[in-house]
Amino acid sequence: MVIASIGGKPIKYRIIVSIVESELETVVDVIESNELEVLNNNALENEAIYILREVAAQFEKPVLLFSGGKDSITLVRLAQKAFFPAKIPFPLMHIDTGHNFPETIAFRDKLVKELGVELIVRNVQDSIDQGKVVEETGKYSSRNMLQTTTLLDAIEEFKFDACIGGARRDEEKARAKERIFSVRDDFGQWDEKNQRPELFDMLNGQIELGQNVRVFPISNWTELDVWSYIQQEDIEIPSIYFAHKRKIFLRDGFIWSAEDDVVFRADDEKVEERMVRFRTVGDMSCTSAVLSHADTIEKVVGEIRESKISERGARIDDKRSEAAMEKRKQQGYF
Amino acid sequence: MSTEAQCQIQNTKEMEVLKIATAGSVDDGKSTLIGRLLYDTKSLTDDKLEAIEKTSKQKGYDYLDFSLATDGLVAEREQGITIDVAHIYFSTPNKSYIIADTPGHVEYTRNMVTGASTSQAAIILIDARKGVIEQTNRHFFINNLLRIKDVIVAINKMDLVDYSEERYNEIKADFEELMSKRDYQDQKITFIPVSALKGDNVVNRSEKMTWYKGQTLLEHFEELDRKDIYNVGTPRFPVQYVIRPKTEEFHDFRGFAGKVYGGELSVGDEVVVLPSMTKSKIKEIYFYDKKYKTATRRSSVTITLEDEINVSRGDMLVKAGDLPTIDKQFTATVSWMDSQNLTVGSKYVVQHGVNKVLAKVENIHHKINPDYSGIDTTITALGMNDIAQVTFRLNKPIFYDSFKNHRTNGSFILIDNQSNTTAGVGFIN
Repeated sequence: MVIASIGGKPIKYRIIVSIVESELETVVDVIESNELEVLNNNALENEAIYILREVAAQFEKPVLLFSGGKDSITLVRLAQKAFFPAKIPFPLMHIDTGHNFPETIAFRDKLVKELGVELIVRNVQDSIDQGKVVEETGKYSSRNMLQTTTLLDAIEEFKFDACIGGARRDEEKARAKERIFSVRDDFGQWDEKNQRPELFDMLNGQIELGQNVRVFPISNWTELDVWSYIQQEDIEIPSIYFAHKRKIFLRDGFIWSAEDDVVFRADDEKVEERMVRFRTVGDMSCTSAVLSHADTIEKVVGEIRESKISERGARIDDKRSEAAMEKRKQQGYF
Repeated sequence: MSTEAQCQIQNTKEMEVLKIATAGSVDDGKSTLIGRLLYDTKSLTDDKLEAIEKTSKQKGYDYLDFSLATDGLVAEREQGITIDVAHIYFSTPNKSYIIADTPGHVEYTRNMVTGASTSQAAIILIDARKGVIEQTNRHFFINNLLRIKDVIVAINKMDLVDYSEERYNEIKADFEELMSKRDYQDQKITFIPVSALKGDNVVNRSEKMTWYKGQTLLEHFEELDRKDIYNVGTPRFPVQYVIRPKTEEFHDFRGFAGKVYGGELSVGDEVVVLPSMTKSKIKEIYFYDKKYKTATRRSSVTITLEDEINVSRGDMLVKAGDLPTIDKQFTATVSWMDSQNLTVGSKYVVQHGVNKVLAKVENIHHKINPDYSGIDTTITALGMNDIAQVTFRLNKPIFYDSFKNHRTNGSFILIDNQSNTTAGVGFIN
């Protein structure tokens, strides 16, 4: 019943409004001042967090494979989010090729310290010294392939049953068919024709002793999604991702770092100084740079948006043959 | 507007992802259609385009074989067919798209079901020369069984039938006859005449088919809204993981981590914990280090309760007064995916969301022919790619809804305890 009106609105109406408002205030009091209305729903982020929680729940000894690259850094942030306010409930492991950009290693150690999580490092150099693998030589030599042996040995050493990796399906054609929970046998092999179907959100992590599962929480992200997320979340990444002056040389249309002695360089391959950045930070011997002036995350995201060369186009190991990635994966490569 | 300003707007917006399942047989030009989508949205990078040009030339084609952009595995390239679910990504300023590319042969029913299970929309391809064929029935049946809300029927290869409106209408009429047989009648179906090879009505409007006044394929997806692809239902919160930090700051913290399905949950909501039936209220909703008033559907949050009660993985929080069915027995439509047959009396692990229980096959009622040709009541076992009505008995009750009312809480997978493989999927009646 309207008994009076203020400013043209019936008083009764206004009273009701104020009751509702005061109820809201009570709620706000309960959940403190940092409370926000509605959660911004990022489907990819929610999916990744869900997957990481499934790993922690379904496996005895999971590990997060950390390369120091942007994808594994993104994974670490997602893991922080998944388990807050608890610490990340699994260690990080770095398979160190010995060919890392020094910036990446410095970054890795700083991050681990901040997170207070355990870092395991296993070196490809050790596998070489033990005679388990033989170092490649020549113009296209790389330690990328050799990582596999070191990784498989480490999995056996620590009895890891789940290895979380930052691989994405958009990277490469064979990856497009990779499952989120990808079962590997004792030899680390991927049987691409006999993969488990993954339905709805349900992830089946049941395995036999000796088997392990590779888990890819950011399977459905694209390179641009990762970069946008890094920007949005203000995540720190190694400096080599941003444009910087570097001594480089050109080969087959690719730009290689000439700063450390890691990349084989023939005498006729001339060194010059250019502004470059790296799009991936894998093994230096197979990671080429791109010419760029993008020295901030905004500029990098802008550049990726415009970019005409896909990310793996800058990695020589996939160019070896059309089926390069698929072959490496069958052998247990990540 | 500067690029920088544009970036910011895109980043503050919700990241919208639309997953589309495609099904079609080898020659329907499915891979070509996807390749065309990538090409016309400028999603193919120079090096990929270069690889396609090179391979097309090697094969002696006088056009670009876009199917090379999608067919991933060596075995597929050798046979020239798609044998697994491949995921293809592209985006417009508006949306991110994921295409689940599935093969359409009868022996790949399981892959079609898999692709459709995570998709919100679907494309059914029809070759305009062949019209509605047996396989079309199957694709439609599966998309309908999985209750995909938005389905596009793309009538492809219109260039090979002289862009004929008459032919288009003929096929449309045939398909509409099929639609009368479907179980899920509310499914929205849109017909689009296209030529993937020539690029008509995929991204760009066709100049050859001015008689068609509707949207192009991409226009259709661009305008799809959340309400067009999701059903709003009752909130279900299966607990994935219990977070107990045991730090000084969060000494008594017990957070229940999980994903909210079907609806929203808010602070203050009265909830019941299943199976203990204990009542409590939602105290806090965390997403990372921030607290929120409401958790929207499909958000991965951590919930704390007002009361100290025992909750573990596999338990479920639901709103008081909105309970699911709690039972040790149910009947479901099962899509079988294993080479080992399902038989009466055999035992499996039922994974319902994140909850696992043991199950025994009580009865196989009848097999459903996925081409709308009827049912078969004589069967005693389910082979790979079979779809049938099956009753299960469980060792513990689960908390479920019918698939019709709740896609997540009404579905489960069957795990073979010997091989550990995912042997089938079920949709609860």
